Amino acid sequence: MTTVHAGRVELDCDLLIIGGGAAGCVAAVEAKELDPSLRVIVMEKAHVYRSGCLAAGISALNAYLTPGETAESFLRYAIRETVGVVRDDLTLSMAHELNAQVKRVEDWGLPIPRDEQGHPLKRGRASIKIFGERIKPILGKRAEASGAQILNRINATGLAMRDGRVVGAYGFGVRDGRFYEVRAKCVLIATGGAAGIYRPSNPGMAAHRMWYSPFNTGAGLAMGIRAGAEMTSFEFRFIPLRIKDAIAPTGEIAQWLGAKQINSLGEPYLEKYYEHLGGKRMLTQDRLYATLMECRAGRGPCYLDLRGVNPRKLDGTITSYLSMAPSAAMIMSDEAYYARAGGEMAPVEITGGEPHVVGGHGLSGFWIDEQRRTTLPGLWAAGDVAGGTPKKYASGAWAEAVIAIRDMVEQARARPAAVIEPEEAKTEEARVYAPADAPGGVPAREVEERLQKVMDEYAGGIGVQYGYAEGGLRLARLHLSRLAHELAALSAESPYELMHCHEVIDRVDVAETLVAHMTHRKETRWHCYQERLDFPERDDARYMLFVNSVKGPDGTIRVIERPIVRAEIDVVLPALEDGAMIRGARTRADDPS
Amino acid sequence: MAIFVDEHVCNRCGTAEEPMCVRDCPGDLMFIKANDKASITDNRECWDCAACVKVCPTQAIHMQLPTSLVVRGVTLKGRALKHKTTWSIRLRDGEEKTYETPSTGKPPFTPSL
Repeated sequence: MTTVHAGRVELDCDLLIIGGGAAGCVAAVEAKELDPSLRVIVMEKAHVYRSGCLAAGISALNAYLTPGETAESFLRYAIRETVGVVRDDLTLSMAHELNAQVKRVEDWGLPIPRDEQGHPLKRGRASIKIFGERIKPILGKRAEASGAQILNRINATGLAMRDGRVVGAYGFGVRDGRFYEVRAKCVLIATGGAAGIYRPSNPGMAAHRMWYSPFNTGAGLAMGIRAGAEMTSFEFRFIPLRIKDAIAPTGEIAQWLGAKQINSLGEPYLEKYYEHLGGKRMLTQDRLYATLMECRAGRGPCYLDLRGVNPRKLDGTITSYLSMAPSAAMIMSDEAYYARAGGEMAPVEITGGEPHVVGGHGLSGFWIDEQRRTTLPGLWAAGDVAGGTPKKYASGAWAEAVIAIRDMVEQARARPAAVIEPEEAKTEEARVYAPADAPGGVPAREVEERLQKVMDEYAGGIGVQYGYAEGGLRLARLHLSRLAHELAALSAESPYELMHCHEVIDRVDVAETLVAHMTHRKETRWHCYQERLDFPERDDARYMLFVNSVKGPDGTIRVIERPIVRAEIDVVLPALEDGAMIRGARTRADDPS
Repeated sequence: MAIFVDEHVCNRCGTAEEPMCVRDCPGDLMFIKANDKASITDNRECWDCAACVKVCPTQAIHMQLPTSLVVRGVTLKGRALKHKTTWSIRLRDGEEKTYETPSTGKPPFTPSL
């Protein structure tokens, strides 16, 4: 067995990219194209060929300006979906880059079907079809060929700081057990969001059959929190509406086969709740909320209606699922088999998944400026780890990475080589390997289960149907603080186990900041995602703002409110009564008269 | 239950270097046992992404879903070729369904959209 703590490695570079996923790979290529003389290092926890949330592939790019759309129309859509709380500057600058970055990755070999006019095949206003089974190897191989040095199998643990500036990062080899100290003039954090904060949808052996990659454990967020970076909007949790058990996306069936969401009485219900909006303009979170409301009214479970769909048409759907969620393809294939054997297609049950902290779908992450600089000098952020820009997904992560790198390349040219304080490195090394010196201590899995139980029950997990109130949040804060004892007793007998220890350490740091944000926003702005049972109404007068936070050296989390700066753009927010309409529809439907 | 390696078929990619399933697993779950065959550390950790299934040059790896998801007897195999990936899903009665997905390259793409 490899020694848990096996020596140290010191490296120097101009640009350090932490995380070799969607954003990190494109960032590496952009940096080397802008200036081949720059030394670029990518620090990756797994292997860039299949790491991160794109490991299984994806079948669509959901941030793209289809013909007739503009950066401004994309922004209007984002503002509506997040009910006003959006960074307009970030969203516009991202949107301007989207199509160029998609074209770039297409040129690297990503298959994008096109229509007769040569436009990518449209799935929605901002969404195009792709054949993305191999998307991660395409990105990873390009990053490898760029001339950047790829350090696979390094779990990043901390930012190196000197005189208030980020001067590199620390990590350890998840296979070789070595401590890595990488000095850099500029650092990009692109580690993705955090899964596994909440109890997952599926139990036991299937616990990792979840929406977001279970290997994305919020390392970058936690590193930023510990270093005192300002974070934004953690309370905007993302909860996917999914096909039950397989946790596969519903859009694939809803959009391609035209299947409607129906309740157990066979009634389409979205129209009922949003009749005044034509049924179809429902916010993403309200599709989930309406599903929950139907179940609470005794009309659940809810389904995607496949009655009348020719089972042969399913082959296209199965092919799409193979390119992104292979287990869903297995389940659909099995259903189609039963349908051919005589029955009609069974409706596909839908339900909400577990909450995640993920900035590519929601708003949570590092607070950044238009150049994607974080509040820590020397540190930039892109992709799921960066906040303020919803609906960015994979192509938006590419756009953000490119914007960040352009600024980083400029700054790196003018900066002297970075120097790391030996004392700080020593302290971090001791912290990283503490579980190696605690034989017979607590296994990481037990602490992870405790964290997930606390968050599920007191902070709005699946078990309580996402709602929460101050009483529970108080208990969440208490029990998270008590976890410090368990974290100090974590035990690892191999580098692989050490990785699990740091995954749970990072998740607890993310969870504490999350609960601080949830505590502060005393209104309900985003159903399910941010559902205050003690403050069920939206309060624009008080909370049309960003909830940010900074963790101080003493461990206290200071909440900061930041105003929304609206671009010069005409936009109509969802009416205040929309949330009330959903609750009203339930009342009316329940009335036997 | 998630990933299964047929030890009669696995030849550790015929190389002394790192086998491809060990390289590609995003959770670092695949390893080579003392008998030179690939294996998964812990199926509870598996995301069902099928990266190892597709990259295996001898198709020694197949995927099943956990019993708690109640799809018994359905298995998935795949093979990543240069421009496409071929798939085979074995249904519970033993029938094999095959699919193709384009993986790299330019249009036109022939397989079903």
